[in-house]
Amino acid sequence: MASSDSDLSRDTVPSALKILVAGGFGAGKTTLVGSVSEIAPLSTEEVMTEASYGVDDLSGVESKTTTTVALDFGRITISPSLVLYLFGTPGQERFWFMWEELSEGALGAIVIADTRRLETCFAAVDFFERRGVPFVVAVNCFDGAHEYEAEEVRAALTLDPAIPVILCDARVRSSAKQVLLTLVTRVAERMAA
Amino acid sequence: MQAHDVFDPGGDPHGLPHRDAVGGYGDAEPGDPDGPEAGPLVRPYVIAQGRDHADTVKLDMISVVIAAKRAEVDEMALEPEQLRILELCRRPLSVAELSAHLDIPVAVVKVLLSDLLNRGLALARAPYTAKSPVSRDVLQAVLDGIQRL
Repeated sequence: MASSDSDLSRDTVPSALKILVAGGFGAGKTTLVGSVSEIAPLSTEEVMTEASYGVDDLSGVESKTTTTVALDFGRITISPSLVLYLFGTPGQERFWFMWEELSEGALGAIVIADTRRLETCFAAVDFFERRGVPFVVAVNCFDGAHEYEAEEVRAALTLDPAIPVILCDARVRSSAKQVLLTLVTRVAERMAA
Repeated sequence: MQAHDVFDPGGDPHGLPHRDAVGGYGDAEPGDPDGPEAGPLVRPYVIAQGRDHADTVKLDMISVVIAAKRAEVDEMALEPEQLRILELCRRPLSVAELSAHLDIPVAVVKVLLSDLLNRGLALARAPYTAKSPVSRDVLQAVLDGIQRL
């Protein structure tokens, strides 16, 4: 970086990796992050000015709107030299410009599917497919309800057969952990391929 | 946030809406990343003294920052927020964490930080990027780390 400091070796500053957690509003992004994070999820806010397209709940409002975009994230310290951050990304497609920056250099992504409103994850699936970001689909089973099988969700999302689809309960650490492991394994497989 | 709350059961026998296999969901979204509307706008920052990207060191949301241990800090030359950053960064913290702890937008934290970096008061480590992808060893470390949770 631009700065150097002789009494501070680079080794004392860990490198960071990030995994994105995408999905519709209320799908369980922050819940999943909180289940595995070593800190209570933090929130950073960005105030953005954007054109209002009149296609969402702000329709009718004048052409420029200011939107506060909150990003919830958590942290897992892997080792003294490696930290993993998990970012819950705003679900709505009109925030794609944030996904651009967020997906840059991301290890991979978890798309949380809420079968009550499956279409809310379509944009995220499209985005990661297009960008070649490795991802898995985690079907969040609210209150243990297994309404759909993983294969039905896979079919509805027309996913590449190689992309894992797993049922999970985002509130349960062991379940959220399994989702993370599935993603990192998928990343490793892609690397080997 | 209500944009997706409307659920259209559609005609699918299983009750799940189907995604179009290729291309976007729906047609001609105004938010199409390739469209002419592209690009967020950057607003001016008061606490960053009106500076913007121009003299900002390239920092990522997950660049990890630590305060230089023995650097002499001229408190008068710094913004109060910058002093807070140095305080918080006695242990390594990411730009995103600083933003959350200080309740200041990420873009502003980046400007304040790049000034500190240029003065040699802090050190930042760039995250892994597409240009410096992770090695197999790092991936294994991540797997092991998650296993331990």
